[in-house]
Amino acid sequence: MTLVKSQLKTFLGGIHPAEDGKILTLGKQMTAIPLPRTVYLVMSQHIGAPAKPVVKKGDFVKKGQMIGDAQGFISAHVHASVSGKVVDVVPWPHPVTGIKCPAVVIENSGEDVWMEDMNVAADTDNLSPEEIRHSIQSAGIVGLGGATFPTHVKLTPPKDRSIDTMVLNGAECEPFLTCDYRLMLDKPHEIIEGLKLIMRCIGCKKAHIGIEENKRDVYNLFKDTVAKDPNIKVDLMEVKYPQGAEHQLIKALLNREFKPTQLPLEVGVVVVNVGTAFAVYEAVKFSRPLIERIVTVTGNGVKDPQNFLVRVGTPVRQLLEAAKLTPDVNKIIFGGPMMGIAQGNIDTAVTIKGTGGILALRETQQWESRACIRCGRCVDSCPYGLNPSELSIVCEAKEFDLALDNNVMECKECGCCSYVCPAKRPIVHLIKFAKSEIAKRKAKG
Amino acid sequence: MSVSPHIYDGENIPRIMWAVVFSLLPAGIAGTFAFGYYCLSVIFLCCLTSVVTEAGIMFFRKQPVIPTIKDGSAVVTGILLAYTLPPGVSWYVSVIGSFFAIAIVKHSFGGLGNNIWNPALAARAFLQVAYPAAINSDWRIMHHGIGNLVHNITRIDSEGKLMDAITQATPLTKEAGAKIYTLTQLFVGNIPGCIGETSVIALLLGGAYLIYKCYIKWYVPVYYIITMFVMVLVLPQREVTPWANNPFYHIFSGGLFLGAFFMATDMVTSPLTKRGLIIFAIGAGILTALIRFYSGYPEGVCYSILLMNTATPLIDRYTKPRLYGTRRKKG
Repeated sequence: MTLVKSQLKTFLGGIHPAEDGKILTLGKQMTAIPLPRTVYLVMSQHIGAPAKPVVKKGDFVKKGQMIGDAQGFISAHVHASVSGKVVDVVPWPHPVTGIKCPAVVIENSGEDVWMEDMNVAADTDNLSPEEIRHSIQSAGIVGLGGATFPTHVKLTPPKDRSIDTMVLNGAECEPFLTCDYRLMLDKPHEIIEGLKLIMRCIGCKKAHIGIEENKRDVYNLFKDTVAKDPNIKVDLMEVKYPQGAEHQLIKALLNREFKPTQLPLEVGVVVVNVGTAFAVYEAVKFSRPLIERIVTVTGNGVKDPQNFLVRVGTPVRQLLEAAKLTPDVNKIIFGGPMMGIAQGNIDTAVTIKGTGGILALRETQQWESRACIRCGRCVDSCPYGLNPSELSIVCEAKEFDLALDNNVMECKECGCCSYVCPAKRPIVHLIKFAKSEIAKRKAKG
Repeated sequence: MSVSPHIYDGENIPRIMWAVVFSLLPAGIAGTFAFGYYCLSVIFLCCLTSVVTEAGIMFFRKQPVIPTIKDGSAVVTGILLAYTLPPGVSWYVSVIGSFFAIAIVKHSFGGLGNNIWNPALAARAFLQVAYPAAINSDWRIMHHGIGNLVHNITRIDSEGKLMDAITQATPLTKEAGAKIYTLTQLFVGNIPGCIGETSVIALLLGGAYLIYKCYIKWYVPVYYIITMFVMVLVLPQREVTPWANNPFYHIFSGGLFLGAFFMATDMVTSPLTKRGLIIFAIGAGILTALIRFYSGYPEGVCYSILLMNTATPLIDRYTKPRLYGTRRKKG
């Protein structure tokens, strides 16, 4: 059966990157790399309050032991990703925000022993929703699509809201990244089990799985896996960025719309990434906390791009060297090329739970930014119905009231506008700047 | 350290502008075949003056000269202005017009991206007022048609008489002194007129290329031309000129295709959104028809687009894109 393009699920706006770089790692199986000698576990691996270190210098920890205690509800535990000795608890530059944040530094003893009562199979058939949620919370699971929102929070909808549909996000629309693709190929049953656990946890009967059309093998695999389950539907979607963003995914699969600043909850939907579903399965079935994930190390700055199985807190240099970093690399990016964060210092950069990709780019195009020529390409590409052209102009002029009038706070910074801009205007940069200035102004009162 | 995104598509201003230059070539070639080599010198002079003026102004504004020249936007203005001039226009009219387009219309507002009116059209309107004699004379008429480079060129100082001949003659009724043109002649460009406006087929070729490259939106020329077509059908029948109610005669003559494909589609001076552009195109079509029917001017394309340029900020204000997840606000 072949689907013609018009039958593929999709949304309005967005872009089609011509060379999406996925070819570099599509065929690269998940491979383990030698365990890091030292791991650096920053206490802020998630959106929300940073965890509080509960170990001190000199302590011995086992793999899976909780070392950072979640502070409040919107927060997540952090666990030791190797066994060994805590050599320090120091402020460490956060790979996403760049701001220093406490980090537990563990020297790997090499034994790699699990904490007691972890890594044992449990019977999941009779678990209550609360028990599932508790396992997820104790395992420190956060959204692995990149946003790192604590999963147990997502699975605790307010009492007055009912969730009727789950969406499993297998779009992986960021160019270059293939970590979700490899995981879906290798662990379809585990992912579906994880999805079913989440559905049980929030009492939701229906689920949609969205997969982009460039991953037909995964689509067929998942179709076979859920063949006996009429409540889980697998959908093929158009290859378009940002197909994997919550708003676009829900629009494509369910045709429901909600404002950019609202959560999928608003339309009765919870979205989880395939990596998150897998982590949920591991946590509930085997009591394994989230200490490991698959990371795509790619780009033209490495000679041997790979999909590595990586312990959280691994120094990025080790990953890059395992992928044969070229000496003339110019830019290291956490995440994909559309929304990823450029790293200032590759020697202090360490992976966190949300790190799905590390992109090494040799040269990046340098363009002189020009005045807007009002071509309207950004307006056509904006999937959120904003006017990036006007936003970039008013943000540049520091007219923040006008920026607010133009819904600057609704921007999700997906980067489509900057990608298509022929005048090479740094639209996303200007919007981020305006947002932070507006936040500062608000804080002052 | 740079902010995301870290990749870009290959489009940039120079690529767009040079593509427009490329797409304008067929019309220029058609004009040269029809009216003789002198057209080439008019086009060249307009481009040269535009580029030199832009370079000078960028130099005095202490801004990068070479990248601005290389982006091709001054060349586009030069060509477009030349295409709206009579084939035999005096050299000083070309020079003054090009200087006005770049210095006054474009750079007094801040240069590329900031001008309110299409520079070529505004300059053409300026010349119309400042040098009416020069702009309405110097028509050339070829005796052997396209494909015959060796032909007699007759200068006719007609005070608009031949302009009238384009817009007042008809294939159906013969009038004393006015030459008659068939629709085929109009379509191919075997008629007198401005350098680049006569050959519909050549203009279509260039416009199709730009649409294919996504540098102009198909709905701007389509709505413009269709609106003009419908207007001719619905406006009251007139006996002044029997062809006046022939919509094909109207859309194939008098620079409508040049305006619809290359001037109404100017990114800088037209609205941002699809809804806005359609309003813009329909408005230009209505205005063109009204000017042609009820004003003293035989031609309305230039003024109609300039008027719609003026209305662009207003159109933009009322056609903002709909914020995702919300209903469109009224008004």
